[in-house]
Amino acid sequence: MSKQIKVALIGNPNTGKTSVFNSLTGLNQQVGNYPGITVERKAGVCKLPKGVKAHILDLPGTYSLNASSLDESVVIELLLNANDKDYPDVAVVVTDVENLKRNLLLFTQIKDLNIPSILVINMSDRMRKKGISLDIEHLEAELKTKVALTSTRKNEGIDLLKNLISNYKSLSTDACLDISQIESSYFGNLQRIFPNQQLYKLWLVITQDVNFGQVTKKKIDALSDFKVKSDTKLKRLQQKETIKRYQFINAVLKKGKTVDLNAATDLRIKLDRILTHKVWGYVIFFSLLMLIFQAIYDWAQYPMDFIDETFAALSELVKTTLPAGVFTDLIAEGIIPGLGGVVIFIPQIAFLFLFIAILEESGYMSRVVFLMDKLMRRFGLSGKSVVPLISGTACAIPAVMATRNIEGWKERLITILVTPFTTCSARLPVYLIIIALVIPEGSFLGLSYQALMLMFLYLLGFGMAVGSAYILHKVLKIRSKSFFLIEMPDYKVPQFKNVGITVVEKTKAFVFGAGQIILAISIILWFLASYGPGDDFNKAEEIVTENLSSLELSEEELNQRIASYQLEHSYIGIAGRSIEPVIQPLGYDWKIGIAIITSFAAREVFVGTLATIYSVESEEGEPIKEKMRGERNAKLGVPRYNLASGMSLLLFYAFAMQCMSTLAIVKRETNSWKWPMYQLVVMTSIAYLAALIAYQTLI
Amino acid sequence: MTLADLKRGQVAIIKDVSSPYIPLKLLEMGCLPGNQARLMMVAPFSDPLYLNINDTHLAIRKETAVHIQIELSNE
Repeated sequence: MSKQIKVALIGNPNTGKTSVFNSLTGLNQQVGNYPGITVERKAGVCKLPKGVKAHILDLPGTYSLNASSLDESVVIELLLNANDKDYPDVAVVVTDVENLKRNLLLFTQIKDLNIPSILVINMSDRMRKKGISLDIEHLEAELKTKVALTSTRKNEGIDLLKNLISNYKSLSTDACLDISQIESSYFGNLQRIFPNQQLYKLWLVITQDVNFGQVTKKKIDALSDFKVKSDTKLKRLQQKETIKRYQFINAVLKKGKTVDLNAATDLRIKLDRILTHKVWGYVIFFSLLMLIFQAIYDWAQYPMDFIDETFAALSELVKTTLPAGVFTDLIAEGIIPGLGGVVIFIPQIAFLFLFIAILEESGYMSRVVFLMDKLMRRFGLSGKSVVPLISGTACAIPAVMATRNIEGWKERLITILVTPFTTCSARLPVYLIIIALVIPEGSFLGLSYQALMLMFLYLLGFGMAVGSAYILHKVLKIRSKSFFLIEMPDYKVPQFKNVGITVVEKTKAFVFGAGQIILAISIILWFLASYGPGDDFNKAEEIVTENLSSLELSEEELNQRIASYQLEHSYIGIAGRSIEPVIQPLGYDWKIGIAIITSFAAREVFVGTLATIYSVESEEGEPIKEKMRGERNAKLGVPRYNLASGMSLLLFYAFAMQCMSTLAIVKRETNSWKWPMYQLVVMTSIAYLAALIAYQTLI
Repeated sequence: MTLADLKRGQVAIIKDVSSPYIPLKLLEMGCLPGNQARLMMVAPFSDPLYLNINDTHLAIRKETAVHIQIELSNE
């Protein structure tokens, strides 16, 4: 096998870097994390001419090598460490033709590291509309590189880029800028002490929190000459460096890029005027949110019902075709209902990620941030908190990670703490099934009561998030320099391919991630529900038959009583009954209690647990919803799932912190157990109180 | 005069950005002396500001804009 060419894809956010990555690799990608940190690591393989292959690493978007976030420091750490296994043979720097000037800043920095670099000028399809023309030869000569003019939308220039990658050895490694120009005495000194090191690398080590090779920050700091440089002095030098870079870029672009303003038609201003309007802006934003919820509730319902019935039928089929025994029971009652509980998520998660991907790709999300910043600030949040709060409706884990671009620590911490209140997709199955059981059919102004209830729960989640943010804002005594900067990219029609890949990747990651936990818990549960200690469990049949011999029951009814009795005395039944006193005031029985215990691992386990419990108990393969409808509260003579207990459950799930993965991610992002523990205790207490009040007032 | 004093549609030349309250990132986006800045839009409740600086469209809060010294341009 021939050696693969290692390619690093680098670029500013909003340049279409991911589109270029998708065009090069197709669905041939692996998404993972960098070791030890939660920055997403995307890599893929690209076939080049002559049977050569390239390993493409899509680095996080960054505006410059001067890192100001965890995502950005991944880029600089890789580029400074020639021993890293991912250290690129060639860097492909992606730029957007409209923002070439700013995008080139990063390009000059990478060139100054003497890494062979290719300049991709993307979105060439917009040049005519914007009246832009480029002198490619001039750019190539001045920037000492090769240029690939691409349009991922029209699939142009990708073959050229592949050719350039395979001929990477002929690329120049000359720098764009002589870094010592910034201040000759300072850099002259530095070079004298480290004669074998490259100046720009040394400069990055001094200004950033990174090390490379044998030259560490400590080692440089130890030399008094450089230590005397105070932060303000360093900042002034960085400022000088930036000015020098822009002088160079402006000179290059003077001849290299011309814009005919008469040819430019600007849709941006017209759209901005509507989308950030003080009335229409909010109206449009909230209408979009409504549309998303409608899609999740209504449109996703059909595939979900289908999945539910299919799994019930499948379980039945296994029972009738496979020989009876423990193994068949495990598959039919443990594994299949458990898996069904995972698969049923797919339609909703796909819809959510679809909408979020479209909002981000189109450039609309930045407008929402702009529109909401002042409002959110009153609650101690930032306009940028809107993105995590909306992503939180899909899953709190990516949402907590999305807080990274919030500049102020206090605003960021508050966003992290309140995000789990938003209604994530894991709560949906619980909501949907309880709503279907306890909220009557009928409609108001064309919206069904059930859809309205769901919307209320979403609003409640947001309300709780914002309300608790306000309290935290007043209570937390953290001083942090708050600062806000967001790029307002031009509007773009989302590319079907990009949106599609995002939806597939995110859904896959979620289903497999959650799926493993759910499957494992389902199997454990089945065992705990199928076995029990002592005579009560093992001689259930004799005991029940004897006790009920006076009643003349049909065989079917008798079997059901036996199964119930057995479940009640199984290991899981004992666990459930032991917590019954705590949850009885909320209107739950021990079966719901078991589901609540297991869903402390992850909320979505609730439905799967009940599915497993009820199918251990009953013989027929009816859908889980029907089984739940048949459950009775024997003491009060009402259905187990009535309005009071239903509302109590809904509120409990709305507020309780029941997701171990979120706790783990919060620990990682805040670097302390203090905050996740705080979330766990406070949120769960609120949940218990709210559920208690709801049940006691409604019953 | 600072960037926060601009009215919608007005164009200015950036004069001084040496205040410690201006982050490096903003400079890297092109907010440097001599470059042009135009106020495109003001968000509802009069903050943040949507600017075009050196051909880059970005939004910053007023609390940052007051540290950027400018001079009105005749263009």
